[in-house]
Amino acid sequence: MPTHLLTPTRSVGITGYGAYVPRYRLPAAEVARMWTGGRGGLPVREKAVPGLDEDTATIAIEAARNALARAGIDPQALRAIWVGSESHPYAVKPTSTIVAEALGAVPYVQAGDWEFACKAGTEAMQAAIGFVGSSMADYAMCIGADTAQGRPGDALEYTAAAGGAAFIIGPAEGALAVIQGSLSYVTDTPDFWRRAGAEYPSHGQRFTGEPAYFHHITSAAKALMAEMGTKPEDYRYAVFHQPNLKFPQRVAKMLGFTPEQYQTGLLVGEIGNTYSGSAMVGLTAILDEAQPGDRILMVSFGSGAGSDAFDIRVTDAILSRRDNAPRTRDYIARRVEVDYGMYARLRGKLKNA
Amino acid sequence: MRVAGHWRLKRQRLTLEGEVCPSCRAPLFPPRDVCPECGKPAATPYTFSGRGTVYAFTTVYEPPAHFEQYRPYLLALVKLEEGPILTAQLTDVDPEEVSIGMPVEMVTRRLTEEGEEGLILYGYKFRPLVRQQVA
Repeated sequence: MPTHLLTPTRSVGITGYGAYVPRYRLPAAEVARMWTGGRGGLPVREKAVPGLDEDTATIAIEAARNALARAGIDPQALRAIWVGSESHPYAVKPTSTIVAEALGAVPYVQAGDWEFACKAGTEAMQAAIGFVGSSMADYAMCIGADTAQGRPGDALEYTAAAGGAAFIIGPAEGALAVIQGSLSYVTDTPDFWRRAGAEYPSHGQRFTGEPAYFHHITSAAKALMAEMGTKPEDYRYAVFHQPNLKFPQRVAKMLGFTPEQYQTGLLVGEIGNTYSGSAMVGLTAILDEAQPGDRILMVSFGSGAGSDAFDIRVTDAILSRRDNAPRTRDYIARRVEVDYGMYARLRGKLKNA
Repeated sequence: MRVAGHWRLKRQRLTLEGEVCPSCRAPLFPPRDVCPECGKPAATPYTFSGRGTVYAFTTVYEPPAHFEQYRPYLLALVKLEEGPILTAQLTDVDPEEVSIGMPVEMVTRRLTEEGEEGLILYGYKFRPLVRQQVA
């Protein structure tokens, strides 16, 4: 049986990481007040909303600066900057060149924008593993960032949030965490999409669950653990794509993970679904707390559909470098609540404004 | 549209790149050809740290064209730790939280956009230090 593991020829790891979450929060109760008379269950407590001057590029830039601060490398050493998002500010013109210029990483750098619904960032991470793992480059940056939009009144309006995370992939030597293995599990499953030019996405309602989210995440996680010869109890932490509070907790239970393993990276209740940032921002919160030797399982999910699974082991280097940038919890803590009216303004939903 | 003009300013706006005078070592922002301190030519690029303090500030309620969508917003003179004072918006902060001397850090944000089909302009703004805000 051939292996499905994506194995680079040289060992690679995470040299630096950084997150960013905007400060505004829309409580889910506000969305319910507007559309259901306040009745019905809420999928999260609240979600992060970008300020008027924020978008995927500005979120990516701040997360990337934090990653550089922790990596302690010259931005000129980066050979790739890849931004995964489904809310790139331009339809045509790369977000990644704006980020590269802002970091001082131009001009000898590969730049590109990635799109695969909510797993564009982890897709870029696997590509970065290949870029560094083949020795084409010593450092490559992958970013997952979004300012996701939900149609007013739609179920996604409760959760579609803003935030992002950046990772610098480099040689395992000197890394804060070593990436021990990863694989991708992809099928053509139309659970969620947005046509070109459409402002809001469409989705297959309950179809987004079993055949999409649960099938792809459990398949990728089980395949990776089989390849690595690991069991759930071998991991100190697990983090999954988190579109709401229910799905990641249920998928964790299906796979045999306990709340002690997944609660550190489970941020969706406080910041909502940051789409391309979702699992990656969760990973940054874990790295903020993890100890050397801890093993982490990360599994993303992108509609359309697919999952990327990663087996990561934290090294001693984390202790001296993680305080070189604000922690993910610092961003979550600077919370400013907004009502639906201010939310409508911040998200450009007011006509003739 | 002033594509070329915006393009020339990208380093200033995105990385706070100014100059340092090769003669008297004065750090300069914005960059200029002649050092205002010693009058000698200055053209050596110098990237500022982005840390500074609020020197003065005001709230803009009647903004100029292309900034109406942000009103009201805070405009400040920020004294960079290297010395120069520049004009920039403050962001992620409410007027009652701002005080003269408050430490701030540079962030890159949207400055404005040239209509729905035009360029989006990014550049520096300043905000209270994240860690201080949550402490």
